Amino acid sequence: MQIIIVGDGKVGMTLTEYLSLEGYDITVIDNNPKVINTVVATYDVIGISGNGANYDVLTEAGAAKADLLIAATSSDELNILSCLMAKKIGTKHTIARVRNPEYAQQLVFLREELGLSMVVNPEFEAAREISRILRFPSAIKIDYFSKGRVDLAEIKLPENGYLAGKRLSDLYKICRDKILICAVQRGEEVIIPDGQFLLAAGDKIHITGSHSALASFFKAIGMFKEKSKHVLIIGGGMIAFYLARQLTDIGVDVKIIEQKEERCMALSEALPKATIICGDGTDQATLLEEGIENSDACVALTGIDEENIIISLYGQGLGIGKVIAKIDRISFMDMVESVGIESIISPKYITANRIVRYVRAMQNSGESSMKTLYKIVNNQVEALEFSIPQDSFYTNIPLKDLNTKKGILIAAIIRHGRLIIPSGQDHIEAKDSIIVVAAARDRITNLEDIFNR
Amino acid sequence: MNYKMVAHLIGRIMLVMAIFMCLPLLIAVIKQEDTISGFLISIGVHAGIGLLFGLKRPNHTELYAKEGAVVVGLGWLITSLLGALPFYISGEIPSYINAFFETVSGFTTTGASILRNIEGLSQSALFWRSFTHWIGGMGVLVFVLAIMPKSHASQSIHIMRAESPGPQVGKLVSRMRNTARILYGIYIALTLLEILSLKLVGMPWFDSVLHSFATAGTGGFSIKNASIAAYDSASVDLIISVFMTLFGINFSLFYLILTGNILQALKSEELHWYLGIIATATLLISLNILPQYQTFLEALRYAFFQVASITTTTGFITADYEAWPIFSQSILILLMFFGACAGSTGGGIKVSRILILGKVAFRELRQQLRPRSVTALKLEGKQLDSGVVAGVMAYMSIYTFIIVISIILLGLDDFSYTSNFSAVITCVNNVGPGLGAVGPSRNFALYSDFSKIILSIDMLAGRLELIPIVMLLSPATWKRR
Repeated sequence: MQIIIVGDGKVGMTLTEYLSLEGYDITVIDNNPKVINTVVATYDVIGISGNGANYDVLTEAGAAKADLLIAATSSDELNILSCLMAKKIGTKHTIARVRNPEYAQQLVFLREELGLSMVVNPEFEAAREISRILRFPSAIKIDYFSKGRVDLAEIKLPENGYLAGKRLSDLYKICRDKILICAVQRGEEVIIPDGQFLLAAGDKIHITGSHSALASFFKAIGMFKEKSKHVLIIGGGMIAFYLARQLTDIGVDVKIIEQKEERCMALSEALPKATIICGDGTDQATLLEEGIENSDACVALTGIDEENIIISLYGQGLGIGKVIAKIDRISFMDMVESVGIESIISPKYITANRIVRYVRAMQNSGESSMKTLYKIVNNQVEALEFSIPQDSFYTNIPLKDLNTKKGILIAAIIRHGRLIIPSGQDHIEAKDSIIVVAAARDRITNLEDIFNR
Repeated sequence: MNYKMVAHLIGRIMLVMAIFMCLPLLIAVIKQEDTISGFLISIGVHAGIGLLFGLKRPNHTELYAKEGAVVVGLGWLITSLLGALPFYISGEIPSYINAFFETVSGFTTTGASILRNIEGLSQSALFWRSFTHWIGGMGVLVFVLAIMPKSHASQSIHIMRAESPGPQVGKLVSRMRNTARILYGIYIALTLLEILSLKLVGMPWFDSVLHSFATAGTGGFSIKNASIAAYDSASVDLIISVFMTLFGINFSLFYLILTGNILQALKSEELHWYLGIIATATLLISLNILPQYQTFLEALRYAFFQVASITTTTGFITADYEAWPIFSQSILILLMFFGACAGSTGGGIKVSRILILGKVAFRELRQQLRPRSVTALKLEGKQLDSGVVAGVMAYMSIYTFIIVISIILLGLDDFSYTSNFSAVITCVNNVGPGLGAVGPSRNFALYSDFSKIILSIDMLAGRLELIPIVMLLSPATWKRR
């Protein structure tokens, strides 16, 4: 599949990495020749330096035959123009990154009238992910499948916790097959466990189950945290704006600390229900004055990674229930995790993941169609949701008799809107949705890929 | 330095070479020649090293510019050292240094030979000798890249940059693997076309295949003592002249033509200059040598063949140009420097580098006259990156140094200055024949072993465009970062 990526900034570079490793033919356009030199030397792609909305540049990049163009420059207008031109030249699908809320309100028009296949707003996506975590703060990270019928939650097992040293088969007996541990990260190693697997303190585990099953599971193991009701946001950028709007809509008490007075006025005007404080959020006195100790959650969203890390460490030291930090630079990720900040949000990863999900679904040509894809455990494991339209060679056969590839797990079956955590006796039926967990290197695109033939 | 990845890639080269060597072995078996054991042992050595390093992929596959250059430099050196084994073990070339020189000359597509009686070699050895031209022409690492698993090396561009000739090396399509396959596809198709053309005008199969290998790589090994002159056929001369010219053209232009962009391909500035140089030189030499031949057409035939052969750095011979006037000889020596186009199988400085040099010189002159004037340097309608210009300048300096030092070292053998000068020039530019003691009717056998090693390094440096070989010899490369 031919993909053109316009603009090789943070999101563009991450996409180039993901998509070139997935084996697509990629052409990168950027108007900075230095950036092009770096990307060509690092990944197996071809680079063109030039303006991504220039007819000649797009033609040279092969827009006439390309399957997809992703416009991710820093300018919304350039992105939209680039997509429109590519579409006219002959590119089949186009994706634009549009972050200005004014344009974001015209999403339907952009998609249906101008023919953009997808419009992504990194800040909005990041805000949505944060609000999800705040609604279920027991988990480090939480993803949804099947319109929220199934949750995929990540937690870290504490020292001396209930789960450490438990065998999975014993655990499942206690909680009566309501949940499933589908991936475990232990140090550098990633394991897709079977029933004999022994949990240890410090493991990061990924659990699937319905929302209520997960909640009662966390209660049972003593890790349940109530939904955050008082949230303190530091930094009043676009993510903060979207997040505050989403949180105040569901009745959460939000306080934003922002340094610039002008920005504070704008936020206050747009968010009547939120409390806006004009002050320095990196100043301990200000934080204490604004009652950081009494909030349920603290979200650090300033434009500087280092400040976000320090604020989060401070918040964790105070014992706040949930601390979330926004980090832009990937090189920091490992370090930040090692100092103990658990919930990290990276807008570019979220955006890149959304787009990769779309690309996979485009490529998905089998009879089963992929609905959702999440990359978990540092992108080493993928959780994919497939819907099964009709009977096939794998339907109506007990799972234990199916010849699935090693290391692949069928984590959940959704039948008539009800969640089944499958055992060997269960089977797949037509019209089911199923969730498959597999190592990322297996590159599953069709459901047929999970079987040995 | 990622030693494991370097070893892994060299292992893969060895596996490829082991497979390539099965072809001459097949001929040796069919013809019942004594070279069978020589080829068998060589295949065993290649396969042994290949299986040891080439099978298991290392955990870290990072390749940077340094690793790319080292893989290419070391890979070519080892390939030449081991590629000489069949000649040596079978006793076809009794001295190892001679066998090494002949192999380096083959892989680097130089075509300089130490053999006094080429026709005395067995058919399998002759096949291997010509086949090294074909392998070296497009480059064995490009072949390794073509058969590399998909996800294997995302930074393989560094290998291609180090192995492929030209001031700016880029990919044809976004995947390196596909780029390498397209290049080899064009290469194989053109080779087959030449084999058939030569067969049609009456050359035996074996001869046409081997001469096509030597033309495709712009090498110049013939299987006749008198080179192409042995056939004394105007149609053979014409076919080989045309194909030599074709193989000297940038392969990306063939790709443009294949994808339907014929007009864009014909607009290439380098192509215009390349064809212009060949046409002008042919015309000048034809007029100059006219008194020695019966008709203008005959003079044209010999002039075109020699010009094409020298410009593309092939080195086939149909006329003893040492009998030509000094004016013609001087033009031929000049053409040795020019060489073919970037991205072709030919050697030399490359027309595009000469163009860049000319443009820089012109700009500097203008700057002297009008110090405030600003001139953007353009090649093929695109502005030249200052890094590329600096690269060409560095290339020219190293190139000059290598030539000067080699000439001085060769002085230890007491030959005429003309012989030594032309020997170094013809080796660094991968042409083949020179003047004097290494003239078209003679060979390199007279030189001492020491001189042969110097000339072998020159050939490798010339084929790999200096940097990888110079890097191998530099201690800084082997220091920890």
